[in-house]
Amino acid sequence: MTAPATYAHPPPPSGTPPATFVHPPLRRGNPMTASRTLATAARVLRQLRHDPRTIALLLIVPSLMIILLRYVFDGSPAVFNSIGASLLGIFPLITMFLVSSIATLRERTSGTLERLLAMPLAKGDLIGGYALAFGAIAVLQSLIATGIALWLLDLNVTGSPWLLLLVALLDALLGTALGLFVSAFAASEFQAVQFMPAVIFPQLLLCGLFTPRDTMQPVLRWISDVLPMSYAVDAMTQVLHHPHPTAAFARDAGIVAAVAIVVLALGAATLPRRTP
Amino acid sequence: MVNYSPHPPGNSTTPDNGPPGTGPTPEQSPGPRPAVTATALTVVRDNRKVLQSLDFTVPRARITGLLGPSGCGKSTLMRAIVGTQAKATGTLTVLDAPAGTPALRKRIGYVTQAPSIYQDLTVRQNLDYFAAVLHPGRTHGEPQAEAHPEARPTQARRTQARPTRAEARTARAEAVARAIEDVDLTSHADDLAGRLSGGQLSRVSLAVALLGSPELLVLDEPTVGLDPVLRRDLWALFHSIATTRGTTLLVSSHVMDEAERCHRLLLLRDGTLLAEDTPDALRSRTRTETVEEAFLHLVDEAAR
Repeated sequence: MTAPATYAHPPPPSGTPPATFVHPPLRRGNPMTASRTLATAARVLRQLRHDPRTIALLLIVPSLMIILLRYVFDGSPAVFNSIGASLLGIFPLITMFLVSSIATLRERTSGTLERLLAMPLAKGDLIGGYALAFGAIAVLQSLIATGIALWLLDLNVTGSPWLLLLVALLDALLGTALGLFVSAFAASEFQAVQFMPAVIFPQLLLCGLFTPRDTMQPVLRWISDVLPMSYAVDAMTQVLHHPHPTAAFARDAGIVAAVAIVVLALGAATLPRRTP
Repeated sequence: MVNYSPHPPGNSTTPDNGPPGTGPTPEQSPGPRPAVTATALTVVRDNRKVLQSLDFTVPRARITGLLGPSGCGKSTLMRAIVGTQAKATGTLTVLDAPAGTPALRKRIGYVTQAPSIYQDLTVRQNLDYFAAVLHPGRTHGEPQAEAHPEARPTQARRTQARPTRAEARTARAEAVARAIEDVDLTSHADDLAGRLSGGQLSRVSLAVALLGSPELLVLDEPTVGLDPVLRRDLWALFHSIATTRGTTLLVSSHVMDEAERCHRLLLLRDGTLLAEDTPDALRSRTRTETVEEAFLHLVDEAAR
């Protein structure tokens, strides 16, 4: 027999006959490499480039919503000011959630995921590539939306606009992470889209956008404390009211980033190298 | 049903698991070991034994046909060899390593039944990406390919020092161009994959598998739904890959007339191996004219 001894079969005639698994355990896979991650990000962006309508929607819709909001609250600019800043953080979260859940679902159903995982690609390369690509789109999207809000619509922000951008980027990563993770539980695009009301809407209601979180019913308040979008909105509010980054801002932004990374790691765990 | 002893006596499988030496094919000298050796390979899916204690070998640099009706376990067997099938037990050695070893991923080309490529990229962009995943640059490349254009890139790669980024890029571009040429899609290289016909799509998928000059090519029903001319051309390509590049091919099909084009056959039915032999030997053993008749003969024999 030519097989290495460790995987020899049949097991010893007597004693414990556990099933000898053909495949070695998959604890240590491929190490992540920068070039594979970058190649994946470039590929995702290239795919988007063949779909100009999606790009246009991604870049323009948030700005249009901000403009719409400004004139909805035409008579009460103070309300626009507080909600507008929060929305600048929430838009990238929602759009990236949608885009990444559909994109990774496609990757799962088209067989390209199976092919990639049969190649020397680390799961981290794939996840990181998606995060990079969508992060880049989010930066562009937020630049446009923030620019329009600050200079055309006179959104009044005490802190630095760069901090707004930073939070928007973290939110985009969080959205990408949630979308990636959720796509594992969707069997079709119909289901994937339905996860948006299921995952995003409760956070939207509880994040403090409509009413301050400490005026909510206590149970809801506790729930809002564990939902990441609450911290995204809190961070935006800090920038809105304080000229310099505060400790609370650092904590909120840190929480959003940490949750994004944890969920990205969870998303990687949902990519199966093996068909059951 | 096959029992669990490693050499089921009632099975019509040629019972030699040692060095190849099976049948009258012009086998290699005892030197190279089979590309794939399976012993008591069993796969369970949804509490059902999809593959039941298979013993077989796949010789190197030959085309082995994996034939059987739809749903008999062909794709599962292929996934087990590629290392993407869970709950596989027994021994499965692929290119002298246990199946599923990460180091094997670079040495095996795998084409799934459905064309697994990105429809919203062009043919070349698809291949560029997969080439970048296989050979991302500094660690692998082909520095002196220009000096030996006929040398196989992988061989050059293993022995050379680290190439520069630019050299790696040109090597990748060459590999991509050659893979596109292999499957005869040069005129469509810059077309969006989503606009191609079904047959063209599956050829793009095949081109991706050819990219890394793999030592073992596992092709799941690569000729299904193709017109006769294309099928003939693809089989010609398979033969040239096996003879000129020394690649081992495992090709599945549920169309029995494709069996005649293989060097060796594995006949699978309901997760058990009906036969493992050359087409000629099968026909003469069962005293039939075609492999299809031989298959039916063996099915009837097993039922008795």
